[in-house]
Formats: sequence, C-alpha cells, structure tokens
Amino acid sequence: MQRKFTLGLVSGLLATMLSISSSTYAQKSATDEIAKYREMIADGNPSELYEAAGEELWKKPAGPKNATLEKCDLGLGAGVVKGAAAQLPRYFKDTNKVQDLESRLMTCMQVLQGRDPQEMIDAPFQKGPKKDMEAIVAYVVTLSKGDKIKVSTNHPKEKEMYELGKRAFFFQGGPMDFSCASCHAEDGKRIRLQDLPNITTQKGAALGWGYWPAYRVSSGQFWTMQQRLNDCFRQQRFPFPIYGSDLTLALSMYMSKNANGGTVETPGLKR
Amino acid sequence: MNMKNVKSLLAIGSFTLVAIAMQGSAIAQQANDPKFNKMIKDGFKADGIAGLDRIDQDATQKFCSDPIFSSSKQGEKMREKIQKINMDSIKQPSDGKYIGDWKRGEAIAQSGRGATWTDKADTPIGGGCYNCHQIDPKEISHGNIGPSLTGYGKMRGNSQDVVTYTWNRINNSKAYNACSNMPRFAHFKLLTEQQIQDVMALLLDPASPVNQ
Amino acid sequence: MADPMRVRAAENGGIVDVKILMKHDMESGQRKDAAGKTIPAWFISSINVKANGKDVLNGQFGPAVSKDPFLNFKYKGAKGDKIVVSWVDSKGDKRTDEATAS
Repeated sequence: MQRKFTLGLVSGLLATMLSISSSTYAQKSATDEIAKYREMIADGNPSELYEAAGEELWKKPAGPKNATLEKCDLGLGAGVVKGAAAQLPRYFKDTNKVQDLESRLMTCMQVLQGRDPQEMIDAPFQKGPKKDMEAIVAYVVTLSKGDKIKVSTNHPKEKEMYELGKRAFFFQGGPMDFSCASCHAEDGKRIRLQDLPNITTQKGAALGWGYWPAYRVSSGQFWTMQQRLNDCFRQQRFPFPIYGSDLTLALSMYMSKNANGGTVETPGLKR
Repeated sequence: MNMKNVKSLLAIGSFTLVAIAMQGSAIAQQANDPKFNKMIKDGFKADGIAGLDRIDQDATQKFCSDPIFSSSKQGEKMREKIQKINMDSIKQPSDGKYIGDWKRGEAIAQSGRGATWTDKADTPIGGGCYNCHQIDPKEISHGNIGPSLTGYGKMRGNSQDVVTYTWNRINNSKAYNACSNMPRFAHFKLLTEQQIQDVMALLLDPASPVNQ
Repeated sequence: MADPMRVRAAENGGIVDVKILMKHDMESGQRKDAAGKTIPAWFISSINVKANGKDVLNGQFGPAVSKDPFLNFKYKGAKGDKIVVSWVDSKGDKRTDEATAS
C-alpha cells in the first residue's frame, strides 16, 4: 500500500515537472540571465560619479548666505552624514514634522544657505537645482550603505505618518483604478519581466526601499526616491505628485518602516 | 434602588455588553478621515492630460481602497452592489460585431502607451495586456499579475455566452470581480469599441496565435 | 574641463587592475528629441592611460559606447604606479584624472 502510494506520488511529481511549459522555462532563464547581467555590471556603478559631485556640493558655499551644508542636521546631529539616511524619514523638532532625506535637504538649503525651497520643488527632475539635489542625495545615501534600515515610529507624528502612508498605499484612482497595492501587495508578481516587490511585507519593502535611490541604466540617470515615486504615479495615470509633499513623505514612512531590519543597498543600479 | 432603576441599569448593561461583543467581530468600512483627504488633495497638481479629477474616487475605487473590508464577509453585500453597478454600465457593440482583427489586437495588447501626463490627448492608448498576462505563447516578456490567456478560445469555444462574457470582461472586469486588478477599459474610454473587437479576435479567433 | 572621472587601481601579484568610470552623455547622433529633432552626436573619441609615463592603453571610442562608460583592464605593474587617464571628445573637450596603484 505504502509503495504504491509512493510510486504514485513520484510519477505524479515527474509528470508535473515535465509538463512545465517551455515558455515558463524561458521566463525563468530570462529573469536569471537578467540577474546575472546585473551582477556583472554592479562594478562601476555610475552613481559613484554623482556621489563624488555630491560630496563637493556638500562642502561648497552656495545660496544668498554663501554657506556650505556642513552643518546640516539629518537626524544624527549637525553635520553627521554617516548612517543618517538609514534612519530617514524621521520627526524633526525644529520643523515639527516628519521629513524624508530630500525634504530635509531642502530645509538645510533654506536655513543654512538661504535657498528658496519652491525653486527646488518646481524644477523638473534632472534639471537645474534638482541636479544638485540628486548629487547630494547620492553622497548622503552612500554613507549609509551596508547599514540596517532603522526607522522609528515612536513619535506620535511618525506613527501618524505611517498610518496615513498605509492608507495612501491602497488608495485607488485614475482611469485605470491603480493604487500602489495594485502592483506591490502580492508575493511573486511581475509586470512584463520586471519583478515587483511586495511592499506590505518586510522582505519586499526592503527590496524596494533598500535599493532606491539608484542609477537607472535604461535612462542613464540617477533617480532619487522622490523621482521613483513620481514615476510610479505617472504610470498609475495619476496627476503629478508635488515634490516633497506630505503624501510622498507618508508613503516613504510606510515603506521604510516596513523595511526595518533590511540592509541599505543604495545607491543601487537598476535596469 | 427601586425596580425601575434596576431594569434600566440592566438594559444599559446588556446593551453595552452586546456592543462590546460586536466590536470584536465587526469589520466596518474604514472611516472617512479629513486629514487623509487633505493630504491626498494637497499632494497632487494637474499636469498635461492628467487632471485633479483623477483623484476623485468613484464608488468602486472607494470600496476597493479598503482591502480589509472589501474582502471580508461583511463586505459581501457591497461587493455584489459594486459588481452590479459595473455590469449595468456595459454596452454591447454598437455594430453588433464582437470579433475584429487579431493582428491589430496583438499590437494593442503589446502597447502600454497613453493616458499618462507625458502623453497627449490624441496619443493612442494601448491595452497594456502583456504587462499582466501571458497571451501569445511566443511572447516571453509577459507579467503574471493576471491569469494566462494562452489557449483562451481553444479551451472555451466561441458560443455566444463565451463571446459576451469575454466582451464584458474586457469592457469592465469589475462586473465579475468587484476589486479586480484589471482596468475598466470601456468605462474609462481607454480602448475604443474597435480596439476591443480586435483584442476579442486575439483571444477568440481560431487563427490567432493564442489558439494554435 | 569636463566632469571628473573615478579612477581606481589595485595591484595584486604583479598585475594592476584598473577601473575607470567616466561621466559623459555619449550621444550617438542617432537619437531624436521629443520635438523630432536629431540630438547632435557628442562622444568620447579617444582615451589614453599611462602608467609612470608609459602608455598602457590606447582606445578609440565612438558612438557605440553608452553613456557614463565604465572601463576595466589589467596591465603588468607595481604598487605605487602613477596612473594618468586622459580622454578627448568629439567637440574637443578633454579630461584628465590620476590615481596611484594601491
């Protein structure tokens, strides 16, 4: 009786394995090959060029006050850059709000250098003052590379932002009824051949939050997290998200807290 | 204490007990949150063809933005209501023709263009079908958010029932599944009647690569 | 001068492994912008690497090389070698950067 059952099980398994269609195999080998390609190009990440430019900008006097950013407090004290990005977004007492890296840099540019944040908000990505921002972001995140993502929701405003971000994650809109959750709330899904991390889980959130900002090979550009969110909304057929808006900060809070315990792998390298 | 007081006390007591018991198992729709609404409203600006009307949710979007309630037992009545609203809005083809040209259908399925703020009002909108579905088995660059459609017509035949069901499904998937991930292609005028006829052909025409 | 390169050189067992990241748009001249106008060609045309004053690599780049090129090669050398990388592009713009083999 036992032997018959085992034999049945084995032949059943064999039949299933053999019946895996050739196109499924082609898929797996296609995504595997893409992963191999990524490993090969991981050396020589052009993000390093942005990081070098960013370091210079951090130390260069700018703005009407002709000051550097060297006294900027990213949450670990004035001028402390090492490890700061891994703990963002967080609540800041001086502005009495939760801020991500880019909105905090805008605060520092305003307070220390006298630069108008509206100019930064209005500038198109990859152009004008945003070019500076991208370089500085690359510099700051590189100094958290390898650290554990460690975002707190202890402060009531941090907790609130997390909950608002969670609700926003599931908010459906636009002519295609898309929300973030349409693509990012299930395991094992992909769009075309692009794997989609499940951001509602720790593992998936860490794959998303831990790898952006990144150099995007297909566009030859360095994208900050704000730009990544912006382009998601574009693909969702939503209207244009305002740079550094509370909506983007809340979503960042949701993703990063879910990612806690993961590793900061930024600046990443993406297709 | 006289009897009247004891009776009212008992009534209040038991009412409270029932209320507390109900809280534990009751799943209700998530409450309206003015702070959240403001955050959404202040979070976007209109750009190109993407206007702020796109964040005004209709009943379906509102319902499906609450994944806990929308998939709960308590949400079943609402699910059926949403499905009915969507089903009632579907129009059968104006020329009575259901099947178009599968070659054009394949092109529509391959295109993910249109309707974003970088597109123009006259940019032809694609179905983006390969983003989520396997269709022609020769195409390996396909997603898996939706089920495979390979062999669709071969497996189902082309009775009027199948044809109508398929037409309805492409026009408005939420007629059958309130919170389907699939966009409502006719409802939001993403695809024209002609385009849907062509996608129908891709799925149902015996000559289509889908049915070889 | 154009944007700086990132040059790294590591010696191991008499072989120096040189890695160079160049910042350049490398426009092939085949692309068109959103308005339909051809974006003019602009790319690194030649690259030269010297170690202690002696040529170790000469390259002719062209429009087939993509944006922000990454170049990696090895030569027989020693720790402390002074490595100088120079490129010239199709508009005549130049860039030179140095590193020491560690």
